[in-house]
Amino acid sequence: MNNSHTLKGRLSLFIWIVIIAALVSAPSILPVFRLNLLGRYLSLAIVALGVDLIWGFTGLLSLGQGIFFALGGYCAAMYLQLNSSGDFPNGIPEFFGLYGVNKLPFFWEPFHSSLFTIIAIWLIPAAVAALLGFLVFRNRIKGVYFSILTQAALLVFFNFFNGQQKLINGTNGLKTDVTFLFGQLVGSESVQRWFFWVTALLVIFAWCFSKWVVRGLFGNVLIGIRDDEPRIRFTGYNPTLFKTIIFAIAGGLAGISGALYTVQSGIVSPQFMTVPFSIEMVIWVAVGGRGTLLGAIIGAVCINYAKSLISEALPASWMFIQGGLFILVVTALPEGVLGWIQGNGPRNLLSRLGISRYSTTYPKVEIDQTQEIEL
Amino acid sequence: MTKLLLELKGVTVKFGGFKALDDLNLSLRPGELRAVIGPNGAGKTTFLDVITGKVKPNKGDVYFKGKSLLNQREHRIARLGIGRKFQSPRIFEKLSVFDNLALAVAWPKKPIPLLLESTKRTETDQINHLMSIINLQAKANVIAGSLSHGQKQWLEISMLVGQKPDLLLVDEPVAGLTDEETDLTADLLKSLAGENTVLVIDHDMDFIKRLNSPVSVLHQGHVLCEGDMQTIQNDPRVIEVYLGQPEENIL
Amino acid sequence: MQLIIESLFNSVAIGSVLLIAALGLAIVFGLMGVINLAHGELMMVGAYSTYVIQLIFKLPILKPFYDIYVLVAIVVAFIVSGVVGILLERTVIRRLYGSPLETLLATWGVSLILQQFVRSVPLAYATGFVVTIFISLLFSTFTPKKLFQGSRGKLIKAGALSTSAVAGVLTAGLLASLVSKLSRASARNVDVTAPAWMRGGIDLFGMTFPKTRLLIIFITIISVIAVSFFLNKSVWGVRIRAVTQNREMSECLGISTENVDLITFGIGSGLAGIAGVAVSLLGSVGPNVGVNYIVGCFMVVVLGGVGNLLGTVIASFSIGLLTDIIGSGRLLTIWPNMPHQLASTVDFFSTTSMARVMVFALIVAFLQYRPAGLFPQKGRMMES
Repeated sequence: MNNSHTLKGRLSLFIWIVIIAALVSAPSILPVFRLNLLGRYLSLAIVALGVDLIWGFTGLLSLGQGIFFALGGYCAAMYLQLNSSGDFPNGIPEFFGLYGVNKLPFFWEPFHSSLFTIIAIWLIPAAVAALLGFLVFRNRIKGVYFSILTQAALLVFFNFFNGQQKLINGTNGLKTDVTFLFGQLVGSESVQRWFFWVTALLVIFAWCFSKWVVRGLFGNVLIGIRDDEPRIRFTGYNPTLFKTIIFAIAGGLAGISGALYTVQSGIVSPQFMTVPFSIEMVIWVAVGGRGTLLGAIIGAVCINYAKSLISEALPASWMFIQGGLFILVVTALPEGVLGWIQGNGPRNLLSRLGISRYSTTYPKVEIDQTQEIEL
Repeated sequence: MTKLLLELKGVTVKFGGFKALDDLNLSLRPGELRAVIGPNGAGKTTFLDVITGKVKPNKGDVYFKGKSLLNQREHRIARLGIGRKFQSPRIFEKLSVFDNLALAVAWPKKPIPLLLESTKRTETDQINHLMSIINLQAKANVIAGSLSHGQKQWLEISMLVGQKPDLLLVDEPVAGLTDEETDLTADLLKSLAGENTVLVIDHDMDFIKRLNSPVSVLHQGHVLCEGDMQTIQNDPRVIEVYLGQPEENIL
Repeated sequence: MQLIIESLFNSVAIGSVLLIAALGLAIVFGLMGVINLAHGELMMVGAYSTYVIQLIFKLPILKPFYDIYVLVAIVVAFIVSGVVGILLERTVIRRLYGSPLETLLATWGVSLILQQFVRSVPLAYATGFVVTIFISLLFSTFTPKKLFQGSRGKLIKAGALSTSAVAGVLTAGLLASLVSKLSRASARNVDVTAPAWMRGGIDLFGMTFPKTRLLIIFITIISVIAVSFFLNKSVWGVRIRAVTQNREMSECLGISTENVDLITFGIGSGLAGIAGVAVSLLGSVGPNVGVNYIVGCFMVVVLGGVGNLLGTVIASFSIGLLTDIIGSGRLLTIWPNMPHQLASTVDFFSTTSMARVMVFALIVAFLQYRPAGLFPQKGRMMES
């Protein structure tokens, strides 16, 4: 047992060294366009961490993380728009003029403040998630019903944001690349480079935070809820509370992720709340390895990078590949890539192919001499 | 009259038209060891479901330490001091033996303290003590799912003890165990009584005999009779329930 | 009076589309515990089948029968979607029984593949592909088992497969050469035009009822009756319900659970195909046509209570009614003098998309009272 622990430790240490080396060297190696893409995909790793917390650890498959992702993005975009709309008529963002609105809607007001925005980016999504989660969990709606309801909620938010031109520019979304931050154009190279570093740091921070959440008893309760919720209840824990908290945490992470993604892609729109995008998040985690936080990060970055490379080369094929990935990961690789490696998958494969001399039969159980009873 | 720890008064549970429990009355004194037996479908598991809050009775009331349990949710009832062992061993298979016990022992069972603190020193001692009782110290870090069936049963019982409940509800603890393990389990349960109150449900007559405790017989959702094993075995109604109509029918 | 009839008709029209779309899903979800996110794409397959049939009936030989192409399309769509569904069950879903979340993810993958398939494969070839599978399925079902077992079994198998492959290739080639519209792949939406007798409406009570809507309502009623008859009265229905309730026991009683799974899923998918016909009559058909319906269908199933046909029916029509009342702002017409605040709220929600928002919100609110839907399943084993 100890043996495999150190093996796991070494593996993740190795992966971390690779990741940090890649992050540090990326800005000098990659052209700006690719660096920007990498920055975007890194920000998606944060939402993936949240998905892993709720799905990989707690067993709640949310198909509505796009809501929280988009909310974070809208918070950031509203601040940037207000921050650079001083020259427009009435001092409000330009698009309002198109719909004949000349007074800022009330909920925009607090976004003049940068401090408020920084808090709102994670707090608003977290609060919405907590409310939504509480209403659902309180009634013991779980499993697929939870998934379906989150998907419905996603559609509600999508329709709402899509239809409200006069409030948040409806289907066109809010642009951020032509806005200014600290007197510089957000879309400019130097600001984007800066965002890359912020994103990289926040990914590491988010990983540490998630690790801290699942490390001890709290994490074990989450796993307990995933594997046997009634048993957790009879042990004296209130699953509703735990689920609400972890769902809120995942929502907050999604919000941060959405904000970072928005400033690096230059726009936030209701497209962030489409059904496919939220399901895609699940596949990043599934491929990387559910229940392994590092897997979520790797999955998010690698799949998205592969997506952009493949769709550039063969546009039609990506949908087939993605569809195939969904089927493959569910039927053949339920532990994901990282889980497969940690679970001695490569060695088993090699021995099955007759390449390796080691053959494993059953999971190793330590022989315990003191044991009196054997069944 | 000593104060009763648990009291069920006229509890009736209906599933559709079927009465799983029918006007059930039963009470337990503190420190008592009680066995409950009954043929299949007598309502044994439903009876536990009612006490632990999983099923709400249509009629009647359940009192624990003088307080009604009717409108309490499961985790509240567990925190009040009622622990339950399920029929088939239900432990957290993906967690280690130590972590399983740590979940049972941890107090308070609220999210924020659990997030901020790790297992306390006194709790670690308690967990080690529990593992020594069930002889699993060497497997502290082994994933619980890889234990043998008997070890799982015992782990679940020790998790129950770790919750420090006043009342232990034990549902078929010896199903699938060897004779030797059955005897050890019986001794374990007997040693728990006195300090705790224990209610055991089982079919296994040898096991019940070994418990050497008062027995309640459930039949069609109500208590048919109560007494020690000797009395029960000679009670004509019990024989009828278990063996069908006596001689005259056969003739 | 007129207002009420108009409102009722609209709700029934909306509700019947929802119902026919959700019917197959309710069967697959309720009886098999499979979350089929590809259900929308099976509808899309049905809709495209209608399109292909329509084009075929435009050929000179079949021109005289053009008027009845819709009826043929219903049968064909049922078969085509059913065949695709059976293929899906055989290859993917079979491995995933008992884990609904996994079926959800896998079927989503399937739906992506199906969407891209109709984008990048010419419909003629797609038709050939379906024909191949259909014929080989026929062979494997209706050829006596003995023929496959003997020394020449492999030969016969290969023969059957190649026959169906040849049939498929011939169909594809024939279609591609005869109908130019089917010979090229296109991601663009296509339109199904209804035959003359289905256009226009019927005038009654001083109002006009569109004939296509009436036809869809009719199709829905027939389908619901057929399904409930099948499940409650036929031998296979009994078997399906038996397997739903206790898989092991059914197996012990000699029911082939594999066949039951296949038939249940096939029928669920076939119903999606019929829904596809209905959908194709309402608007243009494109690769994304299924996505627009899938969430609504799931809401119907959840609201109605899983595994309950009556619940599904009632849920569809209540959602239809709510959508109509909210979406048309009808409350304002009924009660013109309502307080300004309320009136502006009603006005705010009186668009199709905002009505959807409101309806979903109401459903979530309703589930606070009845978490298991209108007609929850009862029993002791519910929880675990």
